[in-house]
Amino acid sequence: MPTLGELVLHFALLSLLAFGGGNATLPEMHRLVVEQNHWMSSATFSELFAVAQAAPGPNVLVVSLIGLHLAGIPGFLAVTAAFCLPSSVLMYGFSHWWVRAGDAPWRQAVQAAVGPMAVGLVLASGWLMAGTVAWPGQYLLLLLVAATVGLVLILPWNPLWWIAAGALLGLGGFV
Amino acid sequence: MNTEPGRVTLGQLFRGFCLIGLSGFGGVMPWARRYLVERYRWLSPAEFATLLGLCQVMPGPNVMNLAITIGARFQGWRGALVAPLGMMLAPMLIVLAFGLAYLHYGELAPVRAMLRGISAVGAGLILATGLKMLFDYRRQAVAMALVALIFGAVAWLRLPLLPVVALLLPAGILVALLGRR
Repeated sequence: MPTLGELVLHFALLSLLAFGGGNATLPEMHRLVVEQNHWMSSATFSELFAVAQAAPGPNVLVVSLIGLHLAGIPGFLAVTAAFCLPSSVLMYGFSHWWVRAGDAPWRQAVQAAVGPMAVGLVLASGWLMAGTVAWPGQYLLLLLVAATVGLVLILPWNPLWWIAAGALLGLGGFV
Repeated sequence: MNTEPGRVTLGQLFRGFCLIGLSGFGGVMPWARRYLVERYRWLSPAEFATLLGLCQVMPGPNVMNLAITIGARFQGWRGALVAPLGMMLAPMLIVLAFGLAYLHYGELAPVRAMLRGISAVGAGLILATGLKMLFDYRRQAVAMALVALIFGAVAWLRLPLLPVVALLLPAGILVALLGRR
């Protein structure tokens, strides 16, 4: 198991790479805690992801749960702080500068590069979680992923209903 | 719209972001817009769009970045502390309770079955978000190429994020600068 210092270091770095928000870093967290260090199983990872989805709040809370699972309540607090503080300090220092830059060419260039990068990371995140959830050979779960994508794109309902539907489908033994 | 510093008090920032944090499942950004623009009228739609653009350019949790900028705008560094704390405090306590319950009861078959269904829906929610974001770039070949490169590197090759970002971010900025000429 990792030490608290090790966790803080990893998640503080991840904070500065989290383009596209908390959910966009799921592939890198999976790589770190499951594939590279075997701190938890892939099944546990996707269950923690599900627990975070079932609670209200920002997407970043899945990070806190990974901390809780690896190092208890100190891990919960330390990993949350490590993941939130570096990007927050950067944001606080940078926002005045950004507003003052107006339509400067460098600002538009940064926006043109970061935007697609965030999209790629979010898509990779969804792809990896779909694979983690449905691996190996859980075709009904894969179908549920695809149905969710379709329904969310068509119907502008509160995601809470889809999450509740997923819980009921699981509980009823349908997936 | 009146965005002079001090128009929104620290207490209002705390309460406002507390409600935003608690209202969303699977992300709170749509709720942030609803509260900040439509209900409280702290920001005009155009101001919200500009700030959202900034928060999405910066790394880190997007809504937390939003809370920091808005807090700072109305109440300086105190606001930049109070707004994100207000947003995180209650959801963190709830998720901690859920997490502790999972540590104790996570092995039970009904719990696992329920989480299996939720995780599939969660993966679908993220994919749908990504596809909606992708739609905005559908007529931009360079941007689509960058999306494909990032996706391939992270989802398919499973490369570590640091070298991927360190390589593709400057490359993307360079291409964008050259493309302007």
